[in-house]
Amino acid sequence: MRPLTLVLRQRPDQRLDLSPLVPHSLSGKSAAEIERIELQTTRSRVSVGDAFRLRNGDPTRICIEGSCDRLDRIGHAMTGGEVFVEGDVGTQAGRLLAGGSLTIAGNTGPWAASAMKGGLLEIRGATGAFLAAPLAGEMAGMRGGLVIVRGGAGERAGDRMRRGTIVVEGGAGAYAGSRMIAGSLVIGKKAGPLPGYLMKRGSIVLGVPCEAMSPTFVDCGYHQLLAMRLWAAILLPHSKKAAALLRRPLQRLAGDMAVLGKGEILIANPN
Amino acid sequence: MRVLTVKGVRIDDTFAEAFGMRATALTITADTACWARQAAVTMTGFATSVIGCGCEAGIDCELTAQQTPDGRPGVRVLLFATSSAELQKQLQARVGQCVLTSPGSACYAGIEGDETLKLGNALRYFGDGWQVSKRFGGKHYWRIPVLDGEFVCEATTAVTKTAVGGGNLIIIGRTSEATRAAAETAAAAIAGVADVIAPFPGGIARSGSKVGSKYKGVMASTNDAYCPTLRGAVKTALDAEAGAVLEIVIDGLTSRAVATAMYAGIAAIVKLGPKRGATRISAGNYGGKLGPHHYHLRDLLP
Repeated sequence: MRPLTLVLRQRPDQRLDLSPLVPHSLSGKSAAEIERIELQTTRSRVSVGDAFRLRNGDPTRICIEGSCDRLDRIGHAMTGGEVFVEGDVGTQAGRLLAGGSLTIAGNTGPWAASAMKGGLLEIRGATGAFLAAPLAGEMAGMRGGLVIVRGGAGERAGDRMRRGTIVVEGGAGAYAGSRMIAGSLVIGKKAGPLPGYLMKRGSIVLGVPCEAMSPTFVDCGYHQLLAMRLWAAILLPHSKKAAALLRRPLQRLAGDMAVLGKGEILIANPN
Repeated sequence: MRVLTVKGVRIDDTFAEAFGMRATALTITADTACWARQAAVTMTGFATSVIGCGCEAGIDCELTAQQTPDGRPGVRVLLFATSSAELQKQLQARVGQCVLTSPGSACYAGIEGDETLKLGNALRYFGDGWQVSKRFGGKHYWRIPVLDGEFVCEATTAVTKTAVGGGNLIIIGRTSEATRAAAETAAAAIAGVADVIAPFPGGIARSGSKVGSKYKGVMASTNDAYCPTLRGAVKTALDAEAGAVLEIVIDGLTSRAVATAMYAGIAAIVKLGPKRGATRISAGNYGGKLGPHHYHLRDLLP
């Protein structure tokens, strides 16, 4: 059965909240019922039928074509199935994602994978600030699952993450892995200043040495850790670049000693 | 008792009687196959019989680097005990003393299932607060800092309740050399069967036992009916030409695996023939009332 496809008619006049367009809420609904779902974020009403041309199909596989950066909260709290987005998306893509897979072929705005719980989020372009981070007032960010970003990430990628794995194949902005509670974060290219700022536990792997490291991380020498090799084997189907990075000798810096200090930043040897 | 003969080897029309056991499996890896084997051999030492060792354990097979989670050579080890509590106790003590201590080792679950035993979850305290918990690919691992780097250990391993212990073959020959040759070839054939171990030295037991003793408090004693030197003194199971008897005990993760192993053992003994090997094969049972698993030799003929 072909996927349920939504083709954006034109760039919308307002930001749209696409959180209802997830497999578990669309299953069992007719095309007419789906078209009546409201997506507006202002007082002027916009339904699915107004914004998208709908080609009905299997609701466990949703394809959004012609997407743009005004489409927010795609794949919100998804529990299973697949969502594929062709184009850019707005804020909070894959927020509270709990299962299934969400693929964004373009770029995303901030708070992608925010407080994600499980499943797989792949962003083929770049992502904005606060990747996998909590929203204001929440205690923890990402707590499970796997995020792969083929491009770069903005500031504070992995902020307050608690569990799960994030791979950013490109670079990252300042404070990557800030306030991490635990979990694993890979930054393939250059990371901005102060990665791991106030991290308690968890692992941050940097493919390129950072020029502005916090002095509260202490050098533990170069090692080829078996755990990284094990992790590389598990990541290989998702990211060959991350797997290759994890197999290299890594300098272990323990920290952040300003807080608990049970975390680590592992930096690939530049030579 | 009806006697069957295959290629000159007499096979008693009897059955091996085996018991249900709790079992688990581990994958032990190291930088080299030699060190993986060393860790596994140390861990499965003094584990021949639940009567005196707490568990029965042995190496199931060696694993190539492609077959292990971390891409290093490894060994699959099986452990059998009479209860999950005893299995947990033995697992923790043996992995803690023999695998954790072995250079470059790592330890992973060897079977999957709903009911679990603590593996890294019990050993992590060795890290004294520096242990690191990691969840990769849906599995939970512990990284414990040790003198040569880190000991990586999966948090739990599964326990199976459908394991079988006590499948056996009694191998009877004219001389101890010929009987040993037959037992060795059978043990080698059984070692090639998946999901089974033969826990005795080299897979072979020479002190086959019966239940009970004339002495108070002794649970098992020599199986006098099969002792060639007592042939005239007791109610013997041996005939005049029997000069030596050896036994192979088989534990398997499933009943089918035990039957496959017994078949492989019988086939190997028959192939060796009565001149160079055994003249007769029998099996041990308790009349069929104690153990739920009966392996009739007539069903396992090559």
